[in-house]
Amino acid sequence: MPDFCGIGLEHRVVNASGTYDAIAARRVFGDALLEDFPFAAFVSKTITPEPRAGNAPQRIWETPAGMINSIGLPNKGLEGFLAEDLPQLAELPVPLIVSVMATGRAEFSRMVEAVSLREEVAAIELNVSCPNVHSGLIVGEQPAEAEALLEALRPLTPKPLIVKLTPNVADPAAVAVAAEQGGADAVSLINTVKASALDPASGAPALAAGHGGLSGPAVRPVALQQLRAVLAATALPAIGMGGVSTGSDAREFLAAGAALVAVGTENFRDPRAGFRVASELAEERSGEPRPVSALDLQ
Amino acid sequence: MTAPFGRRLCEVGENRPSGGYRVFSLLDREGPEPLPGQFYMLAAAEHWAGAGERPFLPRAISVAETAPAAAGIRLDFLVEGVGPGTDRLCALEPGEGVWVTGPLGNAFSTPREANPGAAGAILVGGGIGVAPLALLRRRFAERNVPTRVLLGFRNEQHSGGLDDLFACCEVRLASEDGHIGHRGYVTDLLAAMLDGDDAASAVVYSCGPPAMLEAVRALCADRDVACELALEAPMACGYGACFGCAVPKPDGTYMRLCVDGPVVRGEQVAEVTHA
Repeated sequence: MPDFCGIGLEHRVVNASGTYDAIAARRVFGDALLEDFPFAAFVSKTITPEPRAGNAPQRIWETPAGMINSIGLPNKGLEGFLAEDLPQLAELPVPLIVSVMATGRAEFSRMVEAVSLREEVAAIELNVSCPNVHSGLIVGEQPAEAEALLEALRPLTPKPLIVKLTPNVADPAAVAVAAEQGGADAVSLINTVKASALDPASGAPALAAGHGGLSGPAVRPVALQQLRAVLAATALPAIGMGGVSTGSDAREFLAAGAALVAVGTENFRDPRAGFRVASELAEERSGEPRPVSALDLQ
Repeated sequence: MTAPFGRRLCEVGENRPSGGYRVFSLLDREGPEPLPGQFYMLAAAEHWAGAGERPFLPRAISVAETAPAAAGIRLDFLVEGVGPGTDRLCALEPGEGVWVTGPLGNAFSTPREANPGAAGAILVGGGIGVAPLALLRRRFAERNVPTRVLLGFRNEQHSGGLDDLFACCEVRLASEDGHIGHRGYVTDLLAAMLDGDDAASAVVYSCGPPAMLEAVRALCADRDVACELALEAPMACGYGACFGCAVPKPDGTYMRLCVDGPVVRGEQVAEVTHA
């Protein structure tokens, strides 16, 4: 049984934050969701200190082998999450990882302390793709900011702290090293790749927010390289993600050194994608690896 | 009622032209019978994010008709090719496989559920949006709900469903180019009907392009007539995961159309804007 930061898991496939709403899925699919839960651990959508309505539509745009989204983190806020969502998420048959975000260290601290107090929560993922209101800098893009944030949060919880790394930096390994020095237990990567699309009819930005984040198979090679670079620089365990759609995709991420693999956008195409990826991974592991040829050369 | 968990492979029965649109049918061996207004996420098993770059995501399509079949139920979908996903669905051939998730979303209510004093229903459809009203009309006919049907189309090329889905009922028509029925908008017919009617005794059910739905919503709001609108929004997953299908509510927040809709009461939305 895989172990991740001291958490025992049934297999190595989890979900990417923000790509599965287990509460809504249970309403749609019923308790069959719990009987056949697709993930070894469930990562919540990011919660923020105060409720957020999210961005105005248009929020999503299909692109070649992927999609761009600009959802805007709609959520009930910390209090609403703890009171309404957490008890329902605690009914899931797997460990729960809660993703949190705030724009200042004091707020971040309040989030981590409050979430950590709940015994239903196994680990906390820090979404650092947000600006620090004091410095104006995106925490996840600045090694010094990331290290300082982790130093502030580390003493507040005994639970594993996972830092979600952004790919939108020249050197993600430097941010990972800083997070490690600040006391992080693990990293997860990649978040979405900053991207734009224009509406061909109008020539205007397709998304109301002007730009968004690219996900899906289109980003997989980028994710694999960033994963390799980060793992070469740190000893932290990593949750690898970015366009994982099949067992063989997941196998690549594990071969690159990921401790776990997260399925994100593929969940939209297949509500049981996590289960399928884990099953395919198990089958592939039991069999001989298939020789793979670039561009079908013999 | 919940949907089977996960996507399932269904076989295409037939695919035939219906005016300027197409109707294709799937044999669903597992799913429950859908309710009028519900939709499915559909993706062809082959040549969908395979050799091509798009379509990548499944497409949300309302069910237009359903019937018991030898080993399950038959689901009929009315489609118009307006992009890579619907183009592929229009080209489905008998025997091909389609990944199906659903039935998803809520359903239209009965007139009595929408308004206890209601005596009947007025169905207002525009373009490809006539699809869910076909199943709704049949259900109302089975329950002896007095129902009047108003359908509008842009032109002959952008029309369909009349000779099959709505063949057995009286339909009042409008077309923007005048090729059939009243020359103008279907909402002209609705306005005349509501003004000549004991308007409060009807519940209006509508599906169509955003501008038409907004006109229907406003006409009904002005006359205090209950209305239910089947909306459309860009949707990646159909089951509440992606948060892409946000529709503004009057209080400034958003609903997820896939799980809170696709059928909404007129007063639930601020204004029907571009999907």
